[in-house]
Amino acid sequence: MDRQAPIGFYRIADFRAIVQEKSLSEINERIRDGSARVVTAEEMPDLVDTLGPAGAVREVDVVTTGTFGAMCSSGVFLNLGHSDPPIKIVKAWLNKVEAYGGVAAVDLFLGATQPSEDKGIEYGGAHVMEDLVAGKQVEVEAEGAGTDCYPQMELETALRLDDFNQATMVNPRNAYQRYNAATNSSDRTLHTYMGTLLPRYGNIHYSGAGVLSPLSNDPHFDCIGVGTRIFLAGARGYVIGPGTQHNPQNNFSTIMVTGDLKNMSTRYLRASTFHNYGPSLYLGIGIPIPVQNEKIAKNTGVRDRDITVAVVDYGIPRRERPSLKIVSYEDLKSGMIDLNGKEVSTSSLSSFHVAREVALTLKEQVKKGEFLLSQAVEPLPRVGSARPMKQTKESPYVGDVMSRDVVTVREDIKVEEAAKLIVSGSFDHLPVVSEEGRLMGIITAWDISKAVASGSASRISEIMTRRVYSARLDEPIELAARTLDTHSISALPVVDRENKVIGMITSNHLSRLLARRR
Amino acid sequence: MKLMLHVAPGIVRYPLIASVILETSALLNIERASIDAVSGEIVLEVPLEKCTEVKEAFERRGVRVVPLEIPVVRDENECVHCGACVSICPTGTFRFEDWRVIADSGRCIQCGACVIGCPHRALKLVMK
Repeated sequence: MDRQAPIGFYRIADFRAIVQEKSLSEINERIRDGSARVVTAEEMPDLVDTLGPAGAVREVDVVTTGTFGAMCSSGVFLNLGHSDPPIKIVKAWLNKVEAYGGVAAVDLFLGATQPSEDKGIEYGGAHVMEDLVAGKQVEVEAEGAGTDCYPQMELETALRLDDFNQATMVNPRNAYQRYNAATNSSDRTLHTYMGTLLPRYGNIHYSGAGVLSPLSNDPHFDCIGVGTRIFLAGARGYVIGPGTQHNPQNNFSTIMVTGDLKNMSTRYLRASTFHNYGPSLYLGIGIPIPVQNEKIAKNTGVRDRDITVAVVDYGIPRRERPSLKIVSYEDLKSGMIDLNGKEVSTSSLSSFHVAREVALTLKEQVKKGEFLLSQAVEPLPRVGSARPMKQTKESPYVGDVMSRDVVTVREDIKVEEAAKLIVSGSFDHLPVVSEEGRLMGIITAWDISKAVASGSASRISEIMTRRVYSARLDEPIELAARTLDTHSISALPVVDRENKVIGMITSNHLSRLLARRR
Repeated sequence: MKLMLHVAPGIVRYPLIASVILETSALLNIERASIDAVSGEIVLEVPLEKCTEVKEAFERRGVRVVPLEIPVVRDENECVHCGACVSICPTGTFRFEDWRVIADSGRCIQCGACVIGCPHRALKLVMK
């Protein structure tokens, strides 16, 4: 096929000789006179394949991207105006959701993930934002410092979005370039910010728009930078810099953005709650990319299959969660992934349906001349930092606090023998082990009492609990404490890498440790 | 067709399902059963042509039977078509069609996983 040939309704470019570069003002000129040729990032890959990068530069002026998903790191600065008598707000709540008041007298910062004090995580900062954008009135309560210049100590009022002087969204970290997919190796259902993860690799959840992802379409920041005008939940917004944890070296770039809440739409700003996790904000962000040269054209030709992420195991509650497999967004979007020989069902948490709508809406706005592109003042930094936390106070490990003088038994001993061992030992629990010392089950004083009361069992194999929770030597005690709490139990056998019992940790150990700290 | 059986404590020990199968020769599939000290809830998949017969057989044995015609409903204003309900449903009630989430309510067994899994609180079980 002739690579220069026009396809479909894309008209032949003006007869400029071998166009390789276009200036932004040239593109904006076309947007103004309504002649700009705009496609979405979903339509672009086929054009780049057919026309080649040079042809795509000639035929396309702007590629619009879009994403719509949970963006926890979001919030809004609200200025309430001054009351009479004036108040210097120390603490404030909007519909019982606390907003940070430590910025001047009547400026507040409301974070998306802050839960409310009456409804908990079912209503949070994100819900206040959605209610404000929907035109609803919110109840404001504030406590003041009480100073000579700001004597008021307390106030209550009810405000709508229009009543605030400013309602300026400032989101520290949005629009992740891509995001690792999540699964769960453990034997219980996990409720995470990656949604419900079923036990034993029961499903895989992913997030991100793949082919439409703004930063995946400009991975080297040829266009996106400080000052880039964007579509932010229906309003005009701007990139104000790299987002927190911006990590372009590993293709996990993020952006910090701002925009006027008063111009946003609930179509693209939606509150959510992740069960047993907390509130979050679903936000629609679209970035137009001017196709100025072949490199940019090539980058916007990215497809789902070119963008890969790791499938990580949330069953391991540590910072370094094991990565099980590298997959592409094409694999994830197929609905099924092979994980260790098992077909595992995948689904998304972000909405590709709305991401597409963002990209299409932005496309229409650019085509109609309503949205001009801006020149970045500076590109985003090509090196970022997403280091782990420096922890100066080491948390003890299970191995530091456990008892090593644990008595274990074999499953064929009699109930009476087990009873004697519990009475003479220091724990109410007896781990049951195999010949090699591997953990098989557990028996408690309560199990024995029940067996004696009913007079039915003679061997502990008949009454032991086989589904036994355990702790690892090198596990921080916080994790052991959470295991005890989650399952309402009071002791955990401690095992080594071969599942051999080497100790015991109990809620008594943990409470003693806490008592010493105070 | 799915039938929800509400079994009173007095008859929960009786082999209700076995006896109904023997009487009707219907190929029943137990999709969900939760039985505790005070009551029992069982969801059965029943071939359409045997539905009335099976329903009546259970009712004669003192079981309250509710056909699950629309077991789960969605608030279209809240749904953003994210897909958080898709892979967690044990019976495949939800699927994507051109990136819109489509529900095949007939598959639902009212386990409730999607209700708590939906970040937008768009799903509700219709309880009868």
